[in-house]
Amino acid sequence: MGTVFSFDVRGQFDATAFAGVLERLHEWDAVFSTYRIDSAVSRLNRGEVSVDDCPADVARVLALCGQAAERTDGWFSAWAGGVLDPSGIVKGWAVQQASELLRAAGGSAHIVNGGGDIQSAGGPWRFGITDPQDSRRLLTVVGGVDLAVATSGSAERGNHILNPFTRRPATDLLSVTVVGPSLTDADVYATAAFAMGDAARDWLKTLEGYGALVVGRDGAMWRTPDLPEVSSR
Amino acid sequence: MRRVLLTVAATVLGLVLLLGFKSHGANPRGGVSALAIASAPPAAVAGPSGVSGSPPPSAAAPSAAAPSASATPPVTPSVTTPGATPTPSARPRTVAGPAVDTRYGPVQVQITLTGTRISSVGVLQVPLDTSRDQEINSYAVPQLNQETLTAQSAQIDSVSGATYTSDGYLQSLQGALDAAHLR
Repeated sequence: MGTVFSFDVRGQFDATAFAGVLERLHEWDAVFSTYRIDSAVSRLNRGEVSVDDCPADVARVLALCGQAAERTDGWFSAWAGGVLDPSGIVKGWAVQQASELLRAAGGSAHIVNGGGDIQSAGGPWRFGITDPQDSRRLLTVVGGVDLAVATSGSAERGNHILNPFTRRPATDLLSVTVVGPSLTDADVYATAAFAMGDAARDWLKTLEGYGALVVGRDGAMWRTPDLPEVSSR
Repeated sequence: MRRVLLTVAATVLGLVLLLGFKSHGANPRGGVSALAIASAPPAAVAGPSGVSGSPPPSAAAPSAAAPSASATPPVTPSVTTPGATPTPSARPRTVAGPAVDTRYGPVQVQITLTGTRISSVGVLQVPLDTSRDQEINSYAVPQLNQETLTAQSAQIDSVSGATYTSDGYLQSLQGALDAAHLR
């Protein structure tokens, strides 16, 4: 299991500050990974510990999961398969946290990309959004300052996102990309919209401060007016 | 953008971190294979709201998805600071990672470095089993490679997409980074 994280810091920056960021990322991995039998989340699921026994970040993330469920009318949930799996929020959250740590360490202009989910600071930056049917191809380019970009999809590896109400894989869409200021939120919106399927078309328009690009099962693309496209090809 | 980038005093690029976040669970094939990774698509969604959810009997225990947990690659960050110190040698060099056995066959990658900076990542070996061939190749050129290539176009700073990174790929990549003494 793995996700590649890459960091790009522009300007004067003390690279030793990375050590602290990496340490935190590893801590979060150890706490939240559902792959690790000894992670706090795994132990919670086995009933061996309560939230109070876990590191404080667990309660924070669970609170975010609750908020996300509320804001998406239940379309985002960390209780997908019936057990707690906050993975859907942890990556975006961790990337955003890493970004904040970099900023605090003096890296005022940077990009953190964790598995295709991006939180940036400063800029303006330009980010390509890949075609879910051909990852070498870009669908469009978005740009801006302090921008976050999250993409949810089922490309290449089959369906990963369940419709929380039917508990069946969501199949209406190929990918949903949400662009806005916070990656934690963008990631939640992208995941929820993917689960909603075609119904997401109207819902995404209601999100304030966030634009979206959606690719339907037939490959057809549509976007909301708030998508900060700088060019397309 | 690229030109600006090169003149900036300290640019930190291409730090590679291998983590076990994300994905699992809803894999319809059941179980997580050595190559079933997870990057982009959030794995978990379900259960109407935060408080609900009595575990259905069939729910896979988290541990069931952990057969390859021990294979979580050692996390070895590699930080490159092209602008921080003058690169002693700008001659590109190529370092191959180890061939990593996966359930589908060996996976091996190769990196090309200019100074301490990765200029490209290539796949030397992927399993050629026809049923898996397309699948593996479709995601075995993952995020890092893509970022490298697109960044070089100088028009784009990074890439977002539903990308997937294989465990074998990451292990081999990590081996190549270690061999290149990028730490």
